[in-house]
Amino acid sequence: MEQLLAQRENQVTTVGDASFKIDCEKASLSGSVSQRACVFCGSRVVLYPIADAVHLVHGPIGCASYTWDIRGALSSGPELHRLSFSTDLKERDVIFGGEKPLERSLEELIEKYAPSAAFVYSTCIVGLIGDDVEAVCRKVAAKYEIPVIPVHSEGFKGTKRDGYKAACDALFKLIGTLPADDVPKRSLNILGDFNLAGEIWIIKDYYEKMGIHVQASITGDGRIADIRRAHGAALNVVQCSGSTMYLAKEMKEKYGIPFRRVSYFGIEDMSDALYDVAKFFKDPEIMRKATDLVSREVREIYPKLMHYRQALEGKTAAVYVGGAFKAFSLVKALRTIGMEVVMVGSQTGNAEDYQQLRDICKPGTIIADDSNPLELSSFLKQKDIDLLIGGVKERPIAYKLGVGFCDHNHERKRALEGFVGMLNFAEEVYSSVMSPVWQFAPRRERRTVAEARQ
Amino acid sequence: MTENSSASAVTTNACKQCAPLGATVAFKGIEGAMPFIHGGQGCATYIRRYLISHFKEPVDVASSSFSDDTAIFGGESNLRVGLDNVARKYAPSLIGVSTTCLAETIGENLPAIMRRHLESKQGAAFPLLAPVSTPSYRGTHVDGFNAVVRAVIEQRASASDRCGGVNVLPGFVSCADLRHLKEIIGSFDIPYTLLPDYSDTLDAPTQSDYVPLADGGTTLAEIAAMAGRDATIQMSRTLAPEASGGSWLAENRGVPLHTLGLPIGIRETDRLVDLLSGLTGRDATKWLIGERGRLIDAYIDGHKYVFEKKVAIYGEEDLVAGLTSLVAEIGMTPVLCASGGASGKLAAAIRSVAPNCTPVVREGADFKAITDELRALKPDLMIGNSKGYKTARELGVPLVRAGFPIHDRIGGSRLLHLGYRGAQRLFDEIVNTLIARTQDESPVGYSYM
Repeated sequence: MEQLLAQRENQVTTVGDASFKIDCEKASLSGSVSQRACVFCGSRVVLYPIADAVHLVHGPIGCASYTWDIRGALSSGPELHRLSFSTDLKERDVIFGGEKPLERSLEELIEKYAPSAAFVYSTCIVGLIGDDVEAVCRKVAAKYEIPVIPVHSEGFKGTKRDGYKAACDALFKLIGTLPADDVPKRSLNILGDFNLAGEIWIIKDYYEKMGIHVQASITGDGRIADIRRAHGAALNVVQCSGSTMYLAKEMKEKYGIPFRRVSYFGIEDMSDALYDVAKFFKDPEIMRKATDLVSREVREIYPKLMHYRQALEGKTAAVYVGGAFKAFSLVKALRTIGMEVVMVGSQTGNAEDYQQLRDICKPGTIIADDSNPLELSSFLKQKDIDLLIGGVKERPIAYKLGVGFCDHNHERKRALEGFVGMLNFAEEVYSSVMSPVWQFAPRRERRTVAEARQ
Repeated sequence: MTENSSASAVTTNACKQCAPLGATVAFKGIEGAMPFIHGGQGCATYIRRYLISHFKEPVDVASSSFSDDTAIFGGESNLRVGLDNVARKYAPSLIGVSTTCLAETIGENLPAIMRRHLESKQGAAFPLLAPVSTPSYRGTHVDGFNAVVRAVIEQRASASDRCGGVNVLPGFVSCADLRHLKEIIGSFDIPYTLLPDYSDTLDAPTQSDYVPLADGGTTLAEIAAMAGRDATIQMSRTLAPEASGGSWLAENRGVPLHTLGLPIGIRETDRLVDLLSGLTGRDATKWLIGERGRLIDAYIDGHKYVFEKKVAIYGEEDLVAGLTSLVAEIGMTPVLCASGGASGKLAAAIRSVAPNCTPVVREGADFKAITDELRALKPDLMIGNSKGYKTARELGVPLVRAGFPIHDRIGGSRLLHLGYRGAQRLFDEIVNTLIARTQDESPVGYSYM
């Protein structure tokens, strides 16, 4: 593959190769134009949806500016998370230290907004100028009697995954700090769902219809008090396991709460998520409700899905996402509408993730870890695909090559989770892949001519 | 006119971005240049994402991907590996390396690292390297943008011959603006260097292949020629001489500097046209006179709808000054002129372009400050980038989008602000936005204006 840098040769592989091995969980190669962000990004995306907390970014303005309202994480109540707060450090703060501006900022924000807690995100520079963020947080927490939690998210101290861990550490500090004796026995916490386009409301509704109480949603439409009492739940269901699996494991160890890995994308995985939870509670009534719910929902969407499948049958797709776990569901969801994934990759997958992808993908499928625009564009061309699924940064790569695109990340405005989400997903894919505009894209024009000749 | 600076310790919903973002845009305006950010991987990725959401174009930006070790032992080896990788994959003619708060705080000496790197190549071909200091804790994205313009001029404006013509330094304007400026300058039939020019690289046609570095941009030959031009036209009323590429050319290469505001509206565009006319000895072409005439005709057609309507303007300082000039000349009442930038010169710029107006002028403002001001000022209209949408929505004020970023609409790079035609576009949109509001709110639903 001409587009591959020598140092990255082992981070790209093909399903069916005799010695399937992939390098991953490495720092991004300098100059490779990785699609990854940083530790701060990992922490910020995980904690961001907690709607009744102040999220203060401690550093120069960029980190806060670029993450203002970046993620369509919805709230049913307060919307503090949609404000971007920064200590906006200047040169003099770098010289004299940022502790005073940090303390003043926290005091001002807590007095103005009366939040249930405050998170303080350290950015790159904070680690270097030696601010004692912990001490400032302790002091302010004592003064206002709310949790003020430092998030150790200095951008350069690892990868986005380390940011997930820092966020989980911050959450873990909150959990167990309020009594949870009255949390119902049949209850669970939703981990790793961020309520993009209101998705967690769909999922919560399903669980509640099964007779299960959702104690804390971590973190979509999240509330501090719910999270502080999350240790009272009987079960943790973990989606986006890359980001919140640490927390599930920590909670298992400390509070003995078991967890189930789930996904809410696609009919198969959505159904399994409900069935797995029903099985856990060992109550035939819950299982009956789950079965009813699934059959009702599937009956509703299936004929509509088949309409899209008719048009999309035989088309091919590439998937490049942040966490690999989502990719499994997408491979299956695309099959439901007749499409095959021929290239799949992620920013932060681990060896286990990639093994699992190999197991479900067809021979010849390209698998890539921590890829970049030049590689991705070469994969798209090599496989001559019809659709790319990714985020904002991947979109122009697809469009420049005359390839359809589905945003499965921050900028999605329609729910893609749950059964209704599967239908929305099919519509999204259909509306891009079947658009007549591709006939004008130079690469497609050639293909259209070739097809006409055949 | 009142001036205020924020008393708040915290910045809420910033009306600015950091310096490396501006640097990245400026480097995209040099032919064959690859932007490279020396710092953590996140800086490059966040900036890419932010720019892609505006330009709807691929914006490949390399990073030296600092790690823990890098921060302790220095970023030289990471940077050099990165430069080699970029050279191999993108084959750029120039790698534009901007720093970050991280690189600056650990004291990276970029020029020295670059020198060592080039020496290690022992004469083998390697892209030119352009280091620029752009710590995120100093200034805004506009300062990063201007730092690149100045650095590239210092490093590359090497011509020893007088080649005539003009240098044009427009600052951070849209792709459509750059394209239109070229039309205007071209109409005076004069050789010129427009620096930077990302009108093609950040608004590129779809081609049959993925182009690693999109065609277009100011050529290195054009940049070299800048030292030999007869004049420099710099479109900024707020840029300090020590940060200006035009000032550097004046002081070090004897190229006279003419400073104008951004040519927004008739008066500010007239200043540019008069200057070009004076420099070339040519009158404005019939085409340009026609554009101006049609604009006046439109101003007259729509004047009643805008007269004494209260308007709030926010964004980069020079854009705010230019837009204020436009709204003042059509009889609107600017009530707030706000920017996240803090040059200390915004109030004076506003006074120059709108001497009879008394808006609240706020430098170093964030959107919280802007919203608080507007709650009391009750404007009829807001003009600025899409980040003001939240305020506009909260206050129920219509918003005319202008400047950067435009994240909630397509076509941000095609928004025209400059020249008579830019004023025409803005005027039509301002009038129509106000008419639409009246029409929508009227119980009658008039079908004529």
